[in-house]
Parts: sequence; structure tokens; C-alpha cells
Amino acid sequence: MATYNLNINGKSMEVDADPSTPLLWVLRDHLNLVGTKYGCGIAQCGACTIHLGNTATRSCMLPVSSVGNQEITTIEGLSENGDHPVQQAWLEVDVPQCGYCQAGQIMSAAALLKSNPNPTDADIEGAMNGNICRCGTYVRIKKAIKLAASSSSEA
Amino acid sequence: MTHIQTKIGRRAFIRNTSMAGGGLVLGFSWLNSCKPKEAAEMAVLEMPEEWFEMNAFLKIGDNGVVTIMSPNPEIGQNVKTSMPMIVAEELDVDWDNVIVEQAALNTENFTWQVAGGSRSIANGWPALRMAGATARHMLREAAAQAWQVPAAEITTSDGVLHHEASGKSAGYGEMAAAAALLEVPEEVTLKEPSEFKIVGTARKNVDGRKIVTGKPLYGLDVQREGMLIASPVHPPAFGMKLKSFDAEGVKSMPGIRDVFSIKLYDDDYSRGAFDHTAFNELVIVLGETTWQVFQAKKALNVEWEATPDQAFPMTFFGNDIVVNHPAGAENSADHRMQMEELNARTGRVVRKDGDPEAAFRNAAKVVESTYSCPFLAHNTMEPMNFFAHVTEDRAELLGPTQTPEWMEPAVAARLGMPLEKIDIMMTRMGGGFGRRLYGHFLVEAAAISQRVKAPVKLVYTREDDMSQGTYRPAYMATYRAALDADGNMTAFHVRAGGVPESPLFANRFPAGALENYLAEDWTLESNITTGAFRAPRSNFIAGAEQAFLDEVAEAAGKDPIEFRLELLKRAQENPVGENNDYEADRYAGVLELVREKSGWGQDAGGKSRGVSAYFCHDSYVAQVLDVVMEGGKPVVDRVCTAIDCGIVINTDAATNLAEGGAVDGIGHAMYSALTFRDGAPEQTNFDRYRLIRHSEAPKNIDVHFVKNEIDPTGLGEPPFPPVMGALANAMYKATGRRYYNQPFITDKPPLVG
Repeated sequence: MATYNLNINGKSMEVDADPSTPLLWVLRDHLNLVGTKYGCGIAQCGACTIHLGNTATRSCMLPVSSVGNQEITTIEGLSENGDHPVQQAWLEVDVPQCGYCQAGQIMSAAALLKSNPNPTDADIEGAMNGNICRCGTYVRIKKAIKLAASSSSEA
Repeated sequence: MTHIQTKIGRRAFIRNTSMAGGGLVLGFSWLNSCKPKEAAEMAVLEMPEEWFEMNAFLKIGDNGVVTIMSPNPEIGQNVKTSMPMIVAEELDVDWDNVIVEQAALNTENFTWQVAGGSRSIANGWPALRMAGATARHMLREAAAQAWQVPAAEITTSDGVLHHEASGKSAGYGEMAAAAALLEVPEEVTLKEPSEFKIVGTARKNVDGRKIVTGKPLYGLDVQREGMLIASPVHPPAFGMKLKSFDAEGVKSMPGIRDVFSIKLYDDDYSRGAFDHTAFNELVIVLGETTWQVFQAKKALNVEWEATPDQAFPMTFFGNDIVVNHPAGAENSADHRMQMEELNARTGRVVRKDGDPEAAFRNAAKVVESTYSCPFLAHNTMEPMNFFAHVTEDRAELLGPTQTPEWMEPAVAARLGMPLEKIDIMMTRMGGGFGRRLYGHFLVEAAAISQRVKAPVKLVYTREDDMSQGTYRPAYMATYRAALDADGNMTAFHVRAGGVPESPLFANRFPAGALENYLAEDWTLESNITTGAFRAPRSNFIAGAEQAFLDEVAEAAGKDPIEFRLELLKRAQENPVGENNDYEADRYAGVLELVREKSGWGQDAGGKSRGVSAYFCHDSYVAQVLDVVMEGGKPVVDRVCTAIDCGIVINTDAATNLAEGGAVDGIGHAMYSALTFRDGAPEQTNFDRYRLIRHSEAPKNIDVHFVKNEIDPTGLGEPPFPPVMGALANAMYKATGRRYYNQPFITDKPPLVG
């Protein structure tokens, strides 16, 4: 066990955990930030996506010991009032079915738009291919990302 | 107007007498009652001072805010929004003043608290309407008494009562206290579909905001004071069972509290239809955090041994059956060989019309093709899990289950407790697809909590989830069609089977459309467990049959839509046999609608098109799919879907579900397979098990509903099966080669030379 001071959603949080513990389980079990989901544990499904700095990162294979003082953003911290353009677009398009993968999808989409404010269809498919939606909401996800892109550029 | 007796599910409408003094209800929501602060923060509406319970489905606040309970499990089919919409419609309230809560299992108040068979809306429709209409009736009565006017003269609109002659009006909240004390009427009036203001419109998912902000909603998100994490270790292969385990090294690992084995069901326990499990004895690792438990499982030393031939007595919806699990380590290659052998022999005749043998003898041309599909794992994104807290006098279970009512007896039997002491609450589910109909994990969680005397959350890893069974069976079907010299189909023959069940629906189209028809089936026993997977049996047979009809239409020189419509015309005007389980005119209706909406017959702009149409879950779906091959890979440009499922409750959510069905069908037909070697699945995570991804999804999907006033039928499952046929037919047009064996991505022609 070791003590880590993590910078999560703009707050400093202290946890005691085994160094090998993936950030996913630190968030979920130690800090009760359960919006970040477990889907596969091997970085293949994207349900656990968070931001490390500005980069979409799978948290299920990221040992807590490797995070250091990098800024971590989870779905709970993406916006203060749930009004990030991507979240708003998701509501407007009413994307989710079961909803379980959507936090990961939203985090991947938000990171994409930060680095590429006007993505093409191919850009979206490339950036989002690591996020599986078992319910098959891909068409709506693409639509919501485009909506978020256009609303951000107008703002 | 429709008058109905309030007899169905009447218990739900009779209030608990202890609440009759004002009908004040406290602690209505089990989930939120634990966290009143959070509940208050989340609420967008201002909360009333007092709630008045009108019946088990709804309560009205003194300020007019209405809480509606959603009785059924929510697996992504969006019933948590659409079921309350039906109540709100008949209650006649403003949807913006409605709060929705998930109801717990309550067999006295609700019927069919099941997410299965696409029946939630169809089965719930009468009671949900009645719940709203009954409360509206009582509010009008209360207003009539207060204003001393006849109730018949009182109208309602958006939660307000009006009496035109006197000019009086009042919000529902003002009359709720008095209304809650009135007798439940013997008869109520329902709206005509033409009067609907909420049903048939688009309403946003009531959990949408919570989903996009990451609020705890799912079973895996449950946290409780003192809660421990448990995770099972099951045999690595089917046909194996626990021999022994050495837990000494593991028990001293950080955070690990205990390691023990549990037996799920006694040997003489007669399992219910959804109690099945491949692995009755499990090693359980119990610890403080999920990661610690997962790590300890990897370090555990377990010895397994082969099972003998086993036979499990089961009660399947009132019928006593025996499910055999033969001994042995099975392989997919052997399955294929055995299936081909069985499929080459005469099977069990399920339906025979006319003289098919003679018709085939006299045929000018015979078309024959064989189709197959592999096992599939459901792979809900949220792996199996459940929370249980069992004490001496109560068992509290909370988590994702599609069948709380059907699992409750199994939990009671395992715990040795009466049903009354068992409370089951559903969380929102990270997918279902049929997997969570089979609730052994509830029983496991309950048994573990009882043993360790602590609240426990049982968590499966993805690998546990994918390797524990309950799969979509592997199927095979051979079709033959006889054509006369003019290209008329004169006989149809299907022989189908699978491991361990047959996919055949002998009384579905084209049965009824042909003088000469023969349907046979066969089965192959296995120790690999299977279960319902979105549109069971249809999820293979629809695609196979619709791909075959495309071949027959081509051999007959006919347009594939016209060819189907001709058969349906015959089935409608002069049906053969009496047990045909579809309505030919509605079937034809979706084909005509998809022909119009897809622009069938017009230039597809270089894209190759395939069509398909299928009936299941009392609904009709036709799809036209456009594909282009890019570097040997199919790119689906468009899926045009036409659906007749009667009245549509929530139009945009229904469209979402149909879009998902198309993506799901394309994904599984094209990419997914679960194969076995020495009894073990060769894919246990998403590195080897392929699910459709963003870049492989259709670029466009448009969904069109037939508008009618028929009571609603299934929607969750019907858009899924036929798209597989449309895909195969479009790929044939694009490549000149028929695709017979799913997944199509590996269906390559044999090497020649």
C-alpha cells in the first residue's frame, strides 16, 4: 500500500492503494466516483475512458502509481453543471439506450473536439473506434458529436 | 371512448388502509430514501409538502407534481420513460410535471415485471392506462364533490380540472388529498388513440441527465457501508467441476477476507426456467476492493475434474423437463461435423402441408442452400453483478435483473426464507439482451451474503462473464424450394436444428403461402449452456430464411419484394393450414412501406441493395440495406427500416431502438463468434471477441413506423433479426457471392486447385 495525492476534477484527493491498482478502481472503489465504468479491464472497450491532461485515456490499465500529478478529469468533472457542449448534444440527440458506455463515449468525444474542433466523419470514426456501444447507438453518437462541434463553433 | 372494468391487477389500485388517512406517503423511493440530499439536488421540479398516493403506479403532490412508478426492468429499451408516459397520458397531466421512479419487485401490485419477449409495453398497456384513468376519475369525483357539480361535467387538461358552466378550475394537487380518500371506481373511461397527447410523441430519456453526468445508476455502482466485494471462480471449461482448491496463500493477500466454495442449488432442486447455470459449485473470493479480489482470483490454486453425464430436472413454464449435459470436452469443429450429419438426415416433422415430396420430384428447378451461425455471448457492457444483504429476517437484493419475479423463488429456496422476506429492487441495467433473464448471480450474491453475514456486491470480470455460458446457441438450417417451369414456387422445405435447440418456427411465413410445405427439426445435446439472446431463434432463422428467399426470387426471375408480396397475397387470400401465426396484410404492409421509403427500384447510386422482412414478437419489420465493398470489407451506407408494432409510445426512443437493432444485427452477423476448444471458449474478452465498432456501423439509418391504432406489440427484438438477411442479400449483389455462414467476415469460399 502507498499513499497518492491525485489531482482529480480540479481537486486534490488522497488515496491509500496498492501501486498496481488501476486508476479505474481507485476512482470507483476508493473515491466513489462511479461514473467511470468497468467493461473489459484490458483497454478494449473504452467504458473506462477519462482524461489525463487533455488526452482520452483508458483508466482500467493505468496503474495509480504512474499518474503522478497529471490532471485527471472524469465524467463527473467534465463540467460543473452537466452542461459541457458534448453532454448537451448527447441530451439533445437523446443518444443513450442502456447508457452504460456513454460516459466513456462522452469523454472520448470531448477529447476529440478539444484537439479537433471540426472533425470529419472519418476523424470521428477513428477517434471513437475504441469505444464499444453494445446497444448500437453509433449513428446518434456521430450526430451528437457533430452537433457539439457546431454549437461550440457558434458559441 | 372505451369503458373498461378496473378488474385487471385491481390490487394495485386499492390503497393500503394504513395510508388512507390523507394518503400521505413517506420514503416512497427506496433508492433515494437513503440519500435525500442527493435526491433533492437532482430534482428539477420543486418538491411538494405532501404526496398523496392514488394507486401503486402514481402519487400526486399537493403542488401538482406527479410521481409515476415504472414497474419493469430497464435494460436500455427505454421502458422507464415509455411506461410512465402511458400512465401520464390517461391521467392527463403535463409531462414536464412528472417524476419517474423505478418500482421494486411487487407481485401484489404489478404483473409481468419482466424485461423479456419484448412484452413490457404490450403486457403493461392495459394496467398502465387504467392506473392513469382511475386516478383521473377520482380527481374528477373529488372536484365534483367540492364544487357540488356533476362529475360528468368536469373536464381535465394538463393536470387541471375544469368545470365550464361554473367557471371553476383547480390543479390536480389541490384535489389530490380528497381524491386519494375516494373509492376506486368499478369502471373508467379511456382515451381514444386520436386524443393522445403524450403517447405517440418524442420524450427524452428520463435518466438522460444522470447518464451523461455519470451519476450512480447501475448495479455495479452500488456502494454500501460495510459492503464487501465477492467474485466467483468457475471451471475454465464446460464439462468440468470443482475438485479442490488451496486458498492459504491467497487469504493473506491484501484486503482479502475469505475464500470458500459455495454450491448454488441442491442436487434435487427442480430448477425453474431461468435458474439454469453451467457451474453449480464456485470458489468465491471475498475482499475489500474489486481490484484486490480480481488479483487474488488470479493467484488462486484450483483443481478441476471432469463431470459425468448430468441430468437436471427443470420446470419450464409449468412443464417438467429434463436438461441433459453429456460428459466431455466439446469442440466447435466437432459440433460442425455433428450438425452437418444430423442436418443430412430426416428430422422430426413439425409441419407438413400437401405433398412436398411429389412437388420436388416434379420440379423444373430446385434451389437448395444451407446456412449456419456460431454461438454468441451476450456481452452486456455491464458484466453480471448483484448486491445482496441477507440478515436473519430480511434479504435485500439490488441490481440488474430482467426477471426479479421469476428469480425470487430460487433465492427463497436457496436462503431457506419465505418470499415475503425477500425484497428485490432493480437498478438500471448496462444492457440485457436476454442474458439477465438467467439470474443465478442473484442467488450467488444472496448465498454469499447469508454465509458471510455482511452486505456483499458480487462482481464478474469480463472473462467470467464471457466464459460462464448462457450463450446464443449454434444453429444450422437447410432450405429447399421447388420451382415450376414458369418460375412459380410450388414447394418449400426447411430442415433446421442446433446445439442444443432448434431455431425453427414452423408456422411462420412462408408457411401458409404454399400448397406444399415441410418443416423438420433436430437438436444436439451439449454441456454448454445457452439462453435467450435478443429475439431467440429468430436471430438466426430470420436471416437464413430471408437470404434463401432472395436466392429463390432470383432463380424465379422475380423482384425480391414482388416475389414476397405475391406469396403474402396468397397467404392473405387463401391461406394454407390454420396455424399460421402472422397476419399477411401487415407483413405486406411493411414491405410496401420499405419499398416506398427506400426508393427501391430506383438507381441506388452504385450501392448494392438487399431486402428482408420478418415477423416476430407480434410485430413486422422490413429492411432495405445498401452496401458498398471497400477493400473486401462491406461499408453499410444505409439501412431503411419499416416497422408495424401497433401504437408507438415514444417515437424518438422507438427509432433509437430500431437503429440499435440494425447495428446489432449487422454486427453479430458480420463479426461475432464464440468458438470452443476442449470445452473452453476461445474468446473471453474483447481482444478476441469482436463486436461491431463505430467505423463499421451503418452511415445512415432511417426508421418508418406504420401508423395504426392497434394495441402496441414488441419493439425491442423485432428490428434485430431481419437485417442479417438484408445484409447477406446486399453483399451478394456487391460481390456476386452468397454468404451462408455467420460471421460473414470469415465466410470465405473454399480454396480451389
